[in-house]
Amino acid sequence: MTSRKILEVRGLNVWFAGEHGTRKQVVKDVNFELYAGQCVALVGESGSGKSVTARSLVGLTGEGSTVDAQTLELEGQSLLGRSDAWWRSLRGSKIGFILQDALVSLDPLRPVGKEIGEALSLHGWGDRATRQQKVLDALADVGVPEPALRAQQRPGELSGGLRQRALIASAIALHPDIVIADEPTTALDVTVQAQVLEVLRQMLRRGTSVILISHDLAVVAKLADVILVMQGGTIVEAGTSDDVLSRPKHPYTQQLIDAIPSEHTKGTRLTRSGSHATPTLFAPSAPQGKEDTHPVLEARHIVKSFRGPGGTRRTVVKDVSFTLKRGETLGIVGESGSGKSTVARIALSLETPDSGDVRFRGQPWSDATPAAKRAIRRRISVVYQDPLSSFDPRWRVSRILTDAIALGDPGRDVDARAVELLEAVGLNASHLHQWPLRMSGGQRQRVAIARAIATNPEVIVLDEAVSALDVSIQAQILDLLSDLQTRLGVSYLFISHDLGVIHHMSDRVLVMQNGIAVEQGTADEVFYNPRHSYTQELLGSLPRLEYARLRQAVSAE
Amino acid sequence: MSVLSTIDEPAVITSAVSTPRPAFTLLRTILYRFASALFVLWGTVTITFLVLTTLPGDRATILLNITSGQAIERTPEELAPINALYGFDRPVLEQYVHYVLGLLRGDLGLSYELQRPVLSIIAEQIAPTFTLAVSALVLAWAFTVPWTLLTAGRGRRIGSVGSATETIMAGLPQYWVGILLLIVFAVQFRWFPVIGGTGFAGTVLPTITLAIPLAGFLGQSIRSEFDRTMHEPFVLSARARGMSRAGVRARHVLRHALIPGITLSGWAIGHLLSGTVLVETVFARPGLGSVLVNAVSNKDFALVSGILILNSFLYVVINLIVDMIYLTVDPRLRSAT
Repeated sequence: MTSRKILEVRGLNVWFAGEHGTRKQVVKDVNFELYAGQCVALVGESGSGKSVTARSLVGLTGEGSTVDAQTLELEGQSLLGRSDAWWRSLRGSKIGFILQDALVSLDPLRPVGKEIGEALSLHGWGDRATRQQKVLDALADVGVPEPALRAQQRPGELSGGLRQRALIASAIALHPDIVIADEPTTALDVTVQAQVLEVLRQMLRRGTSVILISHDLAVVAKLADVILVMQGGTIVEAGTSDDVLSRPKHPYTQQLIDAIPSEHTKGTRLTRSGSHATPTLFAPSAPQGKEDTHPVLEARHIVKSFRGPGGTRRTVVKDVSFTLKRGETLGIVGESGSGKSTVARIALSLETPDSGDVRFRGQPWSDATPAAKRAIRRRISVVYQDPLSSFDPRWRVSRILTDAIALGDPGRDVDARAVELLEAVGLNASHLHQWPLRMSGGQRQRVAIARAIATNPEVIVLDEAVSALDVSIQAQILDLLSDLQTRLGVSYLFISHDLGVIHHMSDRVLVMQNGIAVEQGTADEVFYNPRHSYTQELLGSLPRLEYARLRQAVSAE
Repeated sequence: MSVLSTIDEPAVITSAVSTPRPAFTLLRTILYRFASALFVLWGTVTITFLVLTTLPGDRATILLNITSGQAIERTPEELAPINALYGFDRPVLEQYVHYVLGLLRGDLGLSYELQRPVLSIIAEQIAPTFTLAVSALVLAWAFTVPWTLLTAGRGRRIGSVGSATETIMAGLPQYWVGILLLIVFAVQFRWFPVIGGTGFAGTVLPTITLAIPLAGFLGQSIRSEFDRTMHEPFVLSARARGMSRAGVRARHVLRHALIPGITLSGWAIGHLLSGTVLVETVFARPGLGSVLVNAVSNKDFALVSGILILNSFLYVVINLIVDMIYLTVDPRLRSAT
């Protein structure tokens, strides 16, 4: 590396104040350096200390935190023991900071132009008129068309991609030497993600240094020169992007790489631990063994529209048909606003289609009588992205489960059954008395799955069920779902915006765009030979690792 | 110098908020609010009328008894002229139409007891009550905003001091505060008159009396929203842009926190207009509150319903204003009717 060294970090430690005067170390002895035009990525799960490390570079580690280091220098100036005023002059001018989803990272009540202008006025840049022009330039710089119009709109009025670019514009308006991007593409659709990564790449080309924080190795692989893998506050592996991704040395790095679902992981386990011991008490509710030709769930030409603002009707699902067979997984993939979640709600009969119908085992379902619906309802269950919001916060795990068990099979010993369910999802009796609020994201999702299988359903609708989880936890949950399917013969309607996850899990795939099912077929057909241009575009935008090479490298060791 | 001319984005797609003509939508929102305000008024008038006509007891008898100060049965001969004068003998629907048309002309009828137009009685009393209600609301806000900026979102210790203060203020009984203020500032220090007129000096203590509990309620609702907003990612974004802590609080967070306070203000003004009687009594101050209490105890239904209708009219108008303020503070609501 011949270019100028911008940042040097040696022996960085960060503590957070705990209860009763104790303190907890969240970053331990972190070392790295950053050169002009270089991208260093911090990779790890939530709680690994990657965000705290980045925030210590702008002095925003928060109340009650302590930062110390042997060296913490930005262009030869120490960042240690600085006053708040000093930090303020640095933030936004020398170091820009981009957080995830601009919908919440920009003030929703103000036009984005004002937010960008604020970055300028705070640092005393120009006067009102020149600032106005500079705001438009900054928006144009990050590829926002019609900047004059966009500057007057609020984040809620902009599409995801424009919004995220406006956020980036507010962070780089003064051309800082370093941009810290903390999960800049998380929660964005793949095509938008590709646009945002392109903006970052352009910045690197112009000589700006980027510190990229992400749990998504595929995103990291696209940009990073150097990757630092963090676990429990320390860097467990550091090296060039190529070394770390294709020749990982630390088991944790390997585990992270293995955990990424994709076309190559199909039919394999994502985690190294073996399958859980199978409790034999599970009785699938339908007869097994016989070739079941009737679909479990069948949607025929469903159409659904909603009344939009201004009284106009917006059709969100346009003539969608699909069938789901026993023991099969149908993946529904599409970007936000494609209508996939509405399809899920119609499949659950929570929403009635305007025309067309859904049948469950040949019986009417979407247009059944309320009594008939109640009978079917327990045979179709659902797992959502955020289980916490679908649990009553005043209920312990035991009550969540017994409540569901009573619904399906009131006669049984509910307590024994609850334990059995917990064991089936890799938890145990000790979790019965816990509050979901105090559990980790992965554990909560396990409880949600336990509740979903409590009534011995034949279909489970998984609506973005793993989207909010870290990649290694996501891998565990996906493995669990595969195990349960083998054991119970349950069918999944698997809804996700993540193409890798969809390919890994699905037998068949339905691609949705603007309410239309643009393509349907077996997972391999759709992913290897996409016929529709939209599917091709989606796949083209997908950042991916060279999995085949990676897998070989890993298994060769 | 667009470095990214390669990427182009189709026009705005997402979000339920985008509509073609924002000005038009705003106008429609305002018209919609206005229409619903008219509906509320019509409802109040109709219900008031129905209660008046169906109330137990003959209205003509009550009227005669009030004016003569007796409580006896009346003969039909005695009642006939009254019935004819007030139109009580005509069909209910006709009375209703007459009543509504009268209201449209600003005629609220005659007070049973005082035998004067209700409107002129109210007109004499409304100004002091209205002044008091509005100044109490303004004072409550003037206290709450700096108090919130000073104590909210600054950690648990300062927050609980601020919050406890508000709880105590909200819980203080008005008559007690009023008497205490009277004793200290009017009797002891002689800064203000004991028998308050409707001038400035006489208005200060009653205003404070009403504003203290109101500021407590306002503060509580603003504080919880303030604390919640402090944890929003855009606050961190603004700090990372170089904004000071105080700047973020005053320019970003406060605006979000005001929203529940505005809601509460619409309710508070209605409450203040009809609930000033205690303060008026303590400070011997004229106003609608005491007129209303007298009218109720004297069964002067014409006056009671007049005050009722006027109060709901003011309530509707003020809530219309509150809605407009809402649209300014939270532009997201402009297109969501």
